[in-house]
Amino acid sequence: MTSLDSAPPRLAPARPGGGRGGRLGERLLHAYTWLILLWLVLPIIVMIVFGFNDRVGKRNNTWNGFTLRWWGELFAIPDLTTALVNSLTIALLSTAVATTLGTLMGLALGRHTFRGRGGVELLMFANIAAPEVVLGASLLSLFITMGVPRGYLTILIAHIMFNISYVAVVVRARLAGFDSSVEEAARDLGAGPFTTFRLVTLPLILPGVLSGALLAFAMSIDEYVITTFNAGSTLTFPLWVFGATRVGVPPQVNVMATIIFVVGVLLALGNALLLRRRQI
Amino acid sequence: MTATGHTATGHTATGHTATGHTATGDAATGAPPAIELAGVAKDYHSRGRAVPAVSRIDLAIGPGEFFSLLGPSGCGKSTTLRMIAGFEEPTRGRILLQGRDVTAVPPNRRDVNLVFQSYALFPHLDVAGNVAFGLRRRGVKGRELRERVGTMLDLVELSELAERRPRELSGGQQQRVALARALVNRPAALLLDEPLGALDLKLRQTMQIQLKAIQREVGITFIYVTHDQGEALTMSDRIAVMNRGRVEQLASPREIYERPRTRFVAGFIGTSNLLRRTVRAVDAAGPGGRAMVVLDAGADERLSAPLHPQMGPLRTGDQVELTVRPEKIEMSATRPDGPCCALRGRIVEVVYLGTYTTYTVATHGGTEITVFWQNSTDSTNVAERGEEIWLSWLPEHSYVLPESADEEPSTPRSGGPDPGGPPEGDAPRRNGEPAAGAAAQTPTATAAHPVSP
Ligand SMILES: Nc1ncnc2c1ncn2[C@@H]1O[C@H](COP(=O)(O)OP(=O)(O)O)[C@@H](O)[C@H]1O
Ligand SMILES: [Mg+2]
Repeated sequence: MTSLDSAPPRLAPARPGGGRGGRLGERLLHAYTWLILLWLVLPIIVMIVFGFNDRVGKRNNTWNGFTLRWWGELFAIPDLTTALVNSLTIALLSTAVATTLGTLMGLALGRHTFRGRGGVELLMFANIAAPEVVLGASLLSLFITMGVPRGYLTILIAHIMFNISYVAVVVRARLAGFDSSVEEAARDLGAGPFTTFRLVTLPLILPGVLSGALLAFAMSIDEYVITTFNAGSTLTFPLWVFGATRVGVPPQVNVMATIIFVVGVLLALGNALLLRRRQI
Repeated sequence: MTATGHTATGHTATGHTATGHTATGDAATGAPPAIELAGVAKDYHSRGRAVPAVSRIDLAIGPGEFFSLLGPSGCGKSTTLRMIAGFEEPTRGRILLQGRDVTAVPPNRRDVNLVFQSYALFPHLDVAGNVAFGLRRRGVKGRELRERVGTMLDLVELSELAERRPRELSGGQQQRVALARALVNRPAALLLDEPLGALDLKLRQTMQIQLKAIQREVGITFIYVTHDQGEALTMSDRIAVMNRGRVEQLASPREIYERPRTRFVAGFIGTSNLLRRTVRAVDAAGPGGRAMVVLDAGADERLSAPLHPQMGPLRTGDQVELTVRPEKIEMSATRPDGPCCALRGRIVEVVYLGTYTTYTVATHGGTEITVFWQNSTDSTNVAERGEEIWLSWLPEHSYVLPESADEEPSTPRSGGPDPGGPPEGDAPRRNGEPAAGAAAQTPTATAAHPVSP
């Protein structure tokens, strides 16, 4: 490593093997880094590759030749398609609602001092830190007590619930160092409170809001634990896939997951670019 | 302002107490002042305690006037400005814009614009977008919008940079965008909070001249907040010198400089010599019908000065302070004749400064007096260190101020709220004089350091 290579020369005679040892250490580090990266990426690669596997039988876990068949028959399994549509609409809706509410909550926490602010903050972090099993189970008992039938709506409510905190945390972080005198300048120049928010505050916190929305979408689309408690007979993509593991996951799942993954990566990259371009 | 009725020689006019207020609204035409503050006070609340930031301010600022609020950091200048703009609600008192009470009107519906100390430009809009912001809120669009923005950018010489974002501009350019963004709305008054504070000296001096020129051109009332006395003296028609949330003196720059009303003003504006003496006699009908105060002095020495016009009556034996500017003092080897003030002294320091030389002279009382001697003809010093000389000045070039009774030796210069709580409005006052505690502020860095006898 560089720190060893650039060690003071007076140490060199005492440790003749120092230079070579350094190179060895460096190689080990490289190897270790690649190993970790591989470990992280390998499942994804396998998932993508097996979307192109010309499967025989029920199990899709031995390579049998390349095909684009599953991409063509993407929506051939009606239940899976329904589950995917459920997942996507729930993710979009919960993201929209949670981003709106979470942004307002983040603004309140980051900009104002009010009675009970500490309590709200604690609640927000508790929501993030609490085990999903606990959240899911307690929500379920709440719904049962209130007599709300489990299904699409309860899944949506649950997703909004856990997403609000994530958005609020991200927006709040974005507000650190926010110069509120630009809002005063807008008021001074004749903008009312709402116009000021629309023309000044929102554009300035937009990168934070988008990051929060992205995070919320990603959290929602693959949520399993809380969803399974509150789904009733409704199925989402993760629930359907988990159910299918017992009988063999069809390659369509790989294709759908590949598409979700690629879209997710593109969105994240776009957001990062946006953040870099508008360093404010 | 030349209306104060006295000339450059410092010849004193009688009745000048009223002339300091000539620019406040025009009684003859009946036009209301552009801005009026009536008994305005502001307390901030921190940890359940009320902290007074502005104690009580009464002001009337005339249309088209260049008015400065001058004072040390923390004296309440920004708070006053923010109350006028509508960002702070006064705890007491009323604010009137062109005769209309706007105390409860939100900032977006007040016809004033503020140039923020930090500029507060919109980082996501370009220069033109920043300048157009206020006009767009008023529904100005299309050609008129483009023309007015273009004219304003020409005025502040930023036309070339119209498409730049604020972060791509230098400090001076950002400052001019902030100015243009406010001015383009043609407000009834423009409020400027230390607008040149972040610029370097050279740019600041250029901008002072430009600002004054722009103000003359657009004819809008300017209220200019600064802690820089040079800036205030250069640009203003009138100055309100603030200290601890009060106005200590409100007058023209010349009046403020030549007749500081309080010890604080004398110390804060320029360099002042302060001599602490006892009153020996009061001549109620001195030259020009003015009360002259004769002060204790040594043998063949003579100290007399007019009473400050706004100061109450004095009696023999009262402790007072005489103030005289360093450039009004003459030095000579022998005792000067005539009715001037004369003091003996020994030169302890000579500092050559190009256009003038500074002499520090120790009087027999022990007070050190600073003298500015213009290097107009002679290139040699008129006197050397250690020499015994006579100091003299005309009595009307000096003033007698009340001696600050309860002087605190180490008042923080910030003038922030002091932990014990500053004296509130019920402290004893004399003839409109601020409470003694307020007048007792330690002079700032610009003041000479008089040594008490
Ligand atoms: N928002 C605030 N809350 C509490 N105290 C404040 C606030 N703003 C200003 N102050 C206090 O009020 C006093 C006057 O402040 P300010 O008007 O900013 O002074 P200046 O502009 O003359 O430096 C200061 O002592 C300051 O600490
Ligand atoms: Mg200030």
